Amino acid sequence: MADQQRNDGFVVFDRVQKSYDGETLVVKDLNLSVGRGEFLTMLGPSGSGKTTCLMMLAGFETATHGDILLGGTPINNIPPHKRGIGMVFQNYALFPHMTVGENLSFPLEVRGLGKSQREGKIKRGLEMVQMGEFANRRPAQLSGGQQQRIALARALVFEPELVLMDEPLGALDKQLREQMQFEITRLAHELGITTVYVTHDQTEALTMSDRVAVFDDGRIQQLDPPDVLYEEPKNSFVAQFIGENNTLVGEVVEMHADKCTVRLADGEVFDAKPVNVQKVGDKTRVSIRPERVEYNKDRIPESAHTLKAEVLEFIYMGDIFRTRLRVAGNDDFVIKTRNAPDQPRLKPGQQIEIGWMPEDCRALDA
Amino acid sequence: MTGKQMSDQSQSAASPDDVPIAETGPVLAADGRPLKQSLNRALRRQKLRALMLIAPLLIFILITFIAPIADMLFRSVENQIVSDTLPRTVKELADWKPDDAELPPPAAFAALYTDLFIAAEEKAHTRLGSRLNYEATGVSSLFRKSGRRVDNLGEDYVDAITAADAGWKKPGPWAVLAETAGSALPRFADVWGEFARVAKVNDKDPAGEKPWELLFVSLAEDLRAGGAAAYDGPLKRELDQITQALVEVAPVDYQAALVEIDAGWADRTVWATIKTYAPRFTPGYFLNAADMHLGPDGIALKPENQRLYVMLFQRTLIMSLSITLATILLGYPVAWLLANLPMRISNLLMILVLLPFWTSLLVRTSAWKVLLQQQGVINDILVWIGLVADDNRLVLINNATGTIIAMTHILLPFMILPLYSVMQTIPPSYLRAAKSLGANNWTAFWRVYFPQSVPGIGAGSILVFILAIGYYITPELVGGTSGVFISNRIAYHISTSLNWGLAAALGAILLAAVLLLYWAYDRIVGIDNVKLG
Repeated sequence: MADQQRNDGFVVFDRVQKSYDGETLVVKDLNLSVGRGEFLTMLGPSGSGKTTCLMMLAGFETATHGDILLGGTPINNIPPHKRGIGMVFQNYALFPHMTVGENLSFPLEVRGLGKSQREGKIKRGLEMVQMGEFANRRPAQLSGGQQQRIALARALVFEPELVLMDEPLGALDKQLREQMQFEITRLAHELGITTVYVTHDQTEALTMSDRVAVFDDGRIQQLDPPDVLYEEPKNSFVAQFIGENNTLVGEVVEMHADKCTVRLADGEVFDAKPVNVQKVGDKTRVSIRPERVEYNKDRIPESAHTLKAEVLEFIYMGDIFRTRLRVAGNDDFVIKTRNAPDQPRLKPGQQIEIGWMPEDCRALDA
Repeated sequence: MTGKQMSDQSQSAASPDDVPIAETGPVLAADGRPLKQSLNRALRRQKLRALMLIAPLLIFILITFIAPIADMLFRSVENQIVSDTLPRTVKELADWKPDDAELPPPAAFAALYTDLFIAAEEKAHTRLGSRLNYEATGVSSLFRKSGRRVDNLGEDYVDAITAADAGWKKPGPWAVLAETAGSALPRFADVWGEFARVAKVNDKDPAGEKPWELLFVSLAEDLRAGGAAAYDGPLKRELDQITQALVEVAPVDYQAALVEIDAGWADRTVWATIKTYAPRFTPGYFLNAADMHLGPDGIALKPENQRLYVMLFQRTLIMSLSITLATILLGYPVAWLLANLPMRISNLLMILVLLPFWTSLLVRTSAWKVLLQQQGVINDILVWIGLVADDNRLVLINNATGTIIAMTHILLPFMILPLYSVMQTIPPSYLRAAKSLGANNWTAFWRVYFPQSVPGIGAGSILVFILAIGYYITPELVGGTSGVFISNRIAYHISTSLNWGLAAALGAILLAAVLLLYWAYDRIVGIDNVKLG
């Protein structure tokens, strides 16, 4: 897979399968290798098997088949408390009957650390998340963001090499979430710990991760760095799931190595980059990102493919304009254009001409 | 983005600039009234509606629960029977000291005769006898005997008066005399008052009733004291005649006469008991309930062989605590299973937990009798296995062991249900978090799960303990003599010995003990930490 050069296989899923009821597989033949110090995100809709994978890694679920290796040793039969993996839970799971300091002290106490050692580590742990003042508070007296920081500090205070995070920012509001995303990545890189992060929020996955594993139906659909994932989705599920995407359904009529020609149902014919189509006659979904489509005549390049469109809706969003168009019989074709002085504002019902470059068109599986 | 826009809009809508705000003075509502007043009016209507909704239950509870309990508790100090039945005697005894070497003055004996006669007419003397018998044994029979024979003490006076004029045998002249006596014949007027009252209680006309012997006696005493001279009515001639006749009759010596009826009246302790229990309120029942006695010499512990209640209270407390502890030990794992098993299985388990609730208490207790008796199922199995010799079977029933076993079983659901409802609210992620932080199963349970289930233990313990401390039926059926509770003694005094005052005092102490423990629990654990669901 991509980015193999620094992947030393610190965490390895080797042909792992998981079934709860003996009839259906929740995780189907999972192979995954996470490098030391890497920030890997498991992204997917609910029920895609990503949390199950995390729980198997933490030791709360056992794999039905296959091996999970940590630092080269299989951990299938090691109980969770001996794995030494830090974990941040969705609802933080801070112990309500203990103060913040006691919460942080807990993992150190069960490891038999002395009092002075503990105090030093707790202090450093709290300062790391800028919560030094709060050692004597109870979790209930903290805001959601503060609880999140404490949960993070608690998972890191015993200096684990691997930290798992199960949708840790799900309960926070947007602004706080963005701030915490930055904070978590900063900490992960500063401390050099390996992080496996589970989320269903694609923005979170794109902004935080070194690599993202997109899960669907118990399989990894694509495992790549964020930019590759966004720019070069390998199938239509990934294209749909990551970012906004326009889909045009058609049929391959001409096939070359790096170029194919697609004909849509209404007869429109244009060139696209073949990604997931093999031969002439294949059904295909062509994916075009909304920001790669232009309607301003001055901005459409010479070599672009142009076609007619009707404006259905024009939304002013401040930094960008979001326009919904009818293109080739598709009512949900969205384009996003930067709010610039020379950018004309459109009205519903207006007939315009739009254009895109063939290399921004990816012909994917139907 | 849109969410933010919306919140901005709602913010600007919430603080409009065009609403006038009074610059000084109280804030006014739209109709010009002070805002506070309007608010109070609005709230009052709400409160009134709430009160009306609970009114039926409130009234029901007041009438059927609070009022009877208050009445019963009042009986623990109430002692009006002595001063109501023997009002004249109590008055005459006011100056007499129980530690005097002498018997009370003759006037007290005379007053006792009067009181006793009236009480005997009303059949009230036996009740007073039983009441005073709680304090000094033998008083009951003394009163019963005296009440029977007190009505022929004044035969000589009756004979003298009827000899003077046979008309006095009939009610007629007495009624006339009563109407015209005024203040000339005080004793007679006093007794006539009682005579008329008793007649009215029996729905009779006093003017048509056969006169009491006591009326003859009181008239004779009045006339001896020169009452005829002060009398100024239609019967003056007759009274003078009787006064003449009485000169030849020897005055009644009440003391001698009463002592002759029963030598008990010559016993100073009887009088001392009457005097000690003359006040309308007495600590006597409470002292009795604490194995003490209020005698003429003050408060003293009862003799060793008569002490009972302190031991019973201690036993009740210790056994209730044991039962509470047993229900915690047995109920905790079950509640944990209930809270952590899949819904389908836990529902089935819950039915098993609730099953005892759907079975009659008597059936369950009787089942324990079958199981626990010496020839019962458990002993048979133990003998069959060989753990117990056949001639040395365990005594599991009709003692404290039987009570603890049966009551633990009966009260177990009251521990499991609050525990379960608290455990249900503890997310499994806490245990997972603890384990991920390096705690083994036991540490994770003991340091993380258990502290959070303590409110459930608290709620269950309060429920079980308070129920156990007042339990009655089960100890009665399986407790024998060494396994009965204080409540069995209370029931005995309510239904068998009829000493309601003592029962009320014991009940009040039990109530106070429960409230005290509740208060202590609140101070130590905090009642806010108790969760029933």
